[in-house]
Amino acid sequence: MFTAIIAITVMALIFGLLLGFASLRFKVEGDPIADQIDKLLPQTQCGQCSFAGCRPYAEAIAAGEADINRCPPGGEATIQALAELLEVEPKPLDEECGVEKPKTLAVIDEDRCIGCTLCIQACPVDAILGAAKHMHTVIASECTGCELCLPPCPVDCIDMVETKQNPNTWRWPDPDHVDLQLGDRA
Amino acid sequence: MSAVAGSFPGGLVLNGQKKRSTQTPIRKTPLSKKLILPLQQHIGAASVPIVNVGDKVLKGQKIAKADGHVSVYLHAPSSGTISAIDEQPIPHPSGLSALCITIETDGLDTWIEHQPIADYTQLSEHDIRQHVREAGIVGLGGAGFPSFIKLNPGVHHHVETLIINGVECEPYITCDDMLMRERADGILDGIEIIRFALRVKNCVIAIESNKPEAISVMTLALAARPHLTDTEIMVVPTRYPAGSEKQLIQVVTGKQVPSHGLPIDIGIVCHNVGTAYAIGRAIIHGEPLISRIVTVTGTDVKHAGNFETLFGTPMHELLAFCETSREPNAPFILGGPMMGYNLSGDNLPVTKTANCILVGVDNAAPVEKPLPCIRCGECATACPVSLLPQQLYWYARDKDLEKTRQYNLFDCIECGCCSYVCPSKIPLVHYFRFAKTETMNQELEAIKSDNARIRHENRLARLELEQQEKEERQRQRKLALAASQAAKEKQEKAAQSSADETES
Repeated sequence: MFTAIIAITVMALIFGLLLGFASLRFKVEGDPIADQIDKLLPQTQCGQCSFAGCRPYAEAIAAGEADINRCPPGGEATIQALAELLEVEPKPLDEECGVEKPKTLAVIDEDRCIGCTLCIQACPVDAILGAAKHMHTVIASECTGCELCLPPCPVDCIDMVETKQNPNTWRWPDPDHVDLQLGDRA
Repeated sequence: MSAVAGSFPGGLVLNGQKKRSTQTPIRKTPLSKKLILPLQQHIGAASVPIVNVGDKVLKGQKIAKADGHVSVYLHAPSSGTISAIDEQPIPHPSGLSALCITIETDGLDTWIEHQPIADYTQLSEHDIRQHVREAGIVGLGGAGFPSFIKLNPGVHHHVETLIINGVECEPYITCDDMLMRERADGILDGIEIIRFALRVKNCVIAIESNKPEAISVMTLALAARPHLTDTEIMVVPTRYPAGSEKQLIQVVTGKQVPSHGLPIDIGIVCHNVGTAYAIGRAIIHGEPLISRIVTVTGTDVKHAGNFETLFGTPMHELLAFCETSREPNAPFILGGPMMGYNLSGDNLPVTKTANCILVGVDNAAPVEKPLPCIRCGECATACPVSLLPQQLYWYARDKDLEKTRQYNLFDCIECGCCSYVCPSKIPLVHYFRFAKTETMNQELEAIKSDNARIRHENRLARLELEQQEKEERQRQRKLALAASQAAKEKQEKAAQSSADETES
């Protein structure tokens, strides 16, 4: 009877230590939830969600301080992805933040630009190139279309233009939503 | 002649419908007043114009240069004046426009001086590749991949077999067939150059069994070149899609190209007969690629046949030359009935990859609304790549792109066998194309947003650093100020005390 109790206690101790050691030794560095949320956000850094960029918004969602429907550039697709990740019901975009718009690109009217550098300071992704009293220009491939450069411009020389589709970025339409023609069978 | 070494799963035996366009020899399309040349007629980066509006150009003159590695040069197909460099509609399933160079031809068709190479064996392989690139040659089978890249085995590979693809398995298309019948010698010239550039010994010219004329002409031409050893003609059974590169390799060698791999990984390089011919013309005759043979055929074409057409020729002129009973603005197919796509307008130029214009197909069934999938599994039996089209279809409809990738969507060659056999008439390939372009787009977006994140983080880090530096500078300045003040005070004190001393 006594030996049995001792044996069980010793075994419990050994296995306990073993498990404790394993949990430390083989600890998996988990992807913190804020990182995962940040990955799903479109990274426009536009601040329409009322946070100072995508990362702070992701952290707020992770902390349960913000809703998942505050990102207009991401639109429905982002809300859907966030709902899936966080296992909550998707909800429509919060109209307070803005509406989902087609993708745009900032274009500086170079004749009107006075070279004040205010837009350069406003751009969250350093996509505007220029120097004081020299014409500025937008690096089209880096512009996220966040519109943050519009308000500071004193001469209103920045326009947002819709990004045009070209044959290389064109996508085949969803067959569920198009009428097929002869020859489309293949 | 040798026997085939293997076969591929699935596939279809189709009614060829090739007679209609093989009754007349290859004819030349009349010179158009206007030639529209898209800057991207190949896979890779679009070429960059090296001419300006108003410039006079000669036939064969370079008008755009390659941009980056995967790109080729573009030439003026006839002499004339550059009238515009702007966006024009191009033959593409999207119906979108792209940058094109437009030439008003002067009707003289004056050639630039040819620069033939008398003895290419004196050139290095690198020089041959450079010549092929500067001649603007791309794969003429339909994909348009820059050919010079496929003449470079690279340092890690050794090419064992060169396969010349004369299979042309799509119904209706006959441009390769007619080329082999009429210009076998030119093709063999090209093959000799390709063999030299790749340093490959074995060469197989694969031709489908439904082209007896081409087989006999090629056999005779080959027999007349006794120095061309280890080259043989292989008659491939007529089964669609035997002309697709990976399927042809399976038939000819019995080997399978690994998923996500290239033929070169298993020591094989494949070139189309048309490409071989173009390489021969470029090296031996110094002629860049400025025209191709286009099959114009279909039930609505009066004079079906094959036409040697300058690039940039508007399709409506070619169609008018062949006399069609097509309704104005009615769609027609570019390519074959299996893999081609509909074009809505006809003011589109003939490009390097335009192998066939098909106006009206035989026994065309009216397009019906697809019925629900009955899970019969016919599509999986027909698939030449052993995919599961049915599963892919469910996932593509569900927009579960991750799952479609797991089911190897990107191994799909879009041959159309699954759609063809589907009893419910589900446009399966359309779903797969949709899922493919969606996936590629999402990947692109992910890369873009990652870049934006990195740029934003770098900016924040930079701003913080600047702030720190500013504070540091202020601190230093304060310290310096304090030190200098202290020194001043000390001096004053010292002066005071010395004055006191003298006073006392």
